[in-house]
Amino acid sequence: MTTLTIAKTIATALAEEMERDRNIVVLGEEVAAFGGTYGATQGLLDRFGPDRVKDTPISEGIIAGAAVGAAMNGLRPVAEIMGINFAFLAMDMIVNHAAKVHSMFGGQFRCPMVLRTTSGGGRQLGSTHSQTVEHLYAHFPGLKVVSPSNARDMKGLLKAAIRTDDPVMFVEQATMYSEKGDVPDDVDFLLPIGKSEVKREGRHCTVVAYSKMVGVSLKAAAELAKDGIECTVIDLRTLRPLDMDPIVDSFKQTNHCVTVEESWAMYGVGAEVAARLYETCLDYVDAPIKRVATKDVPLAYSGPLERYALPSVDDVVKAVRETVN
Amino acid sequence: MATTTPTKSKRAATENAATPLSNEELLRLYKQMVEIRLFEEKCEELYQKGKIGGFMHLYIGQEATGVGTIAARRPDDNIITGYRDHGAALACGMSARVAMAEMMGRVDGCSKGKGGSMHLADINLKFWGGHAIVGAQIALGTGLAWAEQYKKTGAVTLAYFGDGASNIGYFHESLNLAKVWNLPIVYICENNKYGMWTPVEKVSATTSMAHKAVSYDIPSDIADGMDLLDVYAKTQKAIEHCRNGNGPYFLEIVTYRYRGHSMGDQRAYRTAEEIKKWQADDPIGKFEDVLLKAGIDPTAIDAVDDEVKAMIEDAVAFADASPFPALDEIYTDITIE
Ligand SMILES: Cc1ncc(C[n+]2csc(CCOP(=O)(O)OP(=O)(O)O)c2C)c(N)n1
Ligand SMILES: [Mg+2]
Repeated sequence: MTTLTIAKTIATALAEEMERDRNIVVLGEEVAAFGGTYGATQGLLDRFGPDRVKDTPISEGIIAGAAVGAAMNGLRPVAEIMGINFAFLAMDMIVNHAAKVHSMFGGQFRCPMVLRTTSGGGRQLGSTHSQTVEHLYAHFPGLKVVSPSNARDMKGLLKAAIRTDDPVMFVEQATMYSEKGDVPDDVDFLLPIGKSEVKREGRHCTVVAYSKMVGVSLKAAAELAKDGIECTVIDLRTLRPLDMDPIVDSFKQTNHCVTVEESWAMYGVGAEVAARLYETCLDYVDAPIKRVATKDVPLAYSGPLERYALPSVDDVVKAVRETVN
Repeated sequence: MATTTPTKSKRAATENAATPLSNEELLRLYKQMVEIRLFEEKCEELYQKGKIGGFMHLYIGQEATGVGTIAARRPDDNIITGYRDHGAALACGMSARVAMAEMMGRVDGCSKGKGGSMHLADINLKFWGGHAIVGAQIALGTGLAWAEQYKKTGAVTLAYFGDGASNIGYFHESLNLAKVWNLPIVYICENNKYGMWTPVEKVSATTSMAHKAVSYDIPSDIADGMDLLDVYAKTQKAIEHCRNGNGPYFLEIVTYRYRGHSMGDQRAYRTAEEIKKWQADDPIGKFEDVLLKAGIDPTAIDAVDDEVKAMIEDAVAFADASPFPALDEIYTDITIE
């Protein structure tokens, strides 16, 4: 076990995987000479050379396009798109090609690529640079969407993403790169894609979150516990495939659920989780399921306004109290 | 050749003229062009009958482009194109049977009936499709080329697209990256003068496609798409350029589609004279003359025509006998793990 920042964890996981498999190549804006905007590809160029670690022009369409084409043709590219807001320029390539080339051609082609990107607000970047929109990609059959909440999971899931033969959107929360965690040293430490994890158990309310909101939810749970309200907190870790099993199991005990996401509630992850619970567990529902999410507005630059719009520990505490009472 | 499209060669020439190809090869390429044309004429018929659905874009008139370029490739060179893909598929060696079964959505189609007319592909022929989002194949082809460069295979990628696609972001991003990374790829613009119903001069800042390569410092050439030998020679040169590690190359091939953009296109955006003028320069008729000049016996040409006709009938019978995929097939091949 080594204590690492999330940025360092990603760089380490990438290096370990590149050491293992020569077909793994890294491309993106500023990933080589400067080690990535967030330092998540630091050291790779020196270690693996310019054929395997490639800076690209500011051309999101062809970053994703070159990755898909190369993946079809035997490489295992890990592409970095500087931010998920910029990935909109690559959206056609991701949803119309990465997600489709396997099925549309009757299984002839494979697309073993990872597209790493960052998501989330909280940095006073204004509305176009602060969105949390990974759930959009989770809409599409053919893609896998992973968004870990901590350093250990970053390692296990990034490695799993690189090793799977399917295209994976790997989404990192932009304010979390310097967060530290204990990371297993095992070069084959893998976590399964499509498994959520119970982070804390309690009998009153099931709180479902992923990425940065797992930490927020755990803080809220600790707060609530002081008043005797015990929450189960579940980290989805993967948005597609979505593992509902621990959520259903917990909900059958707690009969209450709050979902927490950094994106907007409308058509979001919480909506999906709630719909599934209503479909499968209607007899266990004691109160309406609540969704905590970013307020339904574009994010503002001004610090207080941005903080007001984003989901907070207090928002989760309040939602759980309202649900269980 | 007897087709619903006039192509008849003048059959005037009798003297032997030198070509870069053996007579056997000339006949083989002639046969491919006839196969594409008859295949598509049959597809039109089947479409009218409701046996083929979806969007269907015919290549008729452009045969020399696909056949002439693909004839110049090594078998391990990659081919990737857009939705107007029947010509490339057949020229790459896909059997008319398998292609027709795909057209008809049958289980024996190249993509098990999941792709249809616009998404023919065969990985074993290094024919990577058939892509119906305009310009995407330019980007995907760039990625294919990158993989070949990385693997040091020496294989070159030929990526085809239309004049219309030269206005899309993928085009510009791809050319720029290919130059920066020195990728072994020939960008082949099939300039058939229209993107759907819009003439190139209305939507493109320059009507010269080759000119667009200039700002990316990519060398280019222009070929006469109605002349297979010109297409072949210029493609050879282009491929050699790439194979020798000189980076990307751009080939504009000036051609014309006789039919509408896709089935059911009755719009009046070009004159009958214009279409007639191009048909007078038909690539198959013209190539027939090349064959005759090379001393190939007219009866040998007729024999090829008959052979292809029988082949297409056989392909239709095969496709028709092939079942639709089982309904549960929809759940397969979505992800691997
Ligand atoms: C991104 C995108 N926009 C629009 C379309 C609809 N569309 C299909 S073909 C086409 C015209 C393309 O013309 P060109 O590139 O010249 O190729 P051609 O059909 O002449 O072979 C259009 C607009 C599409 N398939 N994809
Ligand atoms: Mg065109």
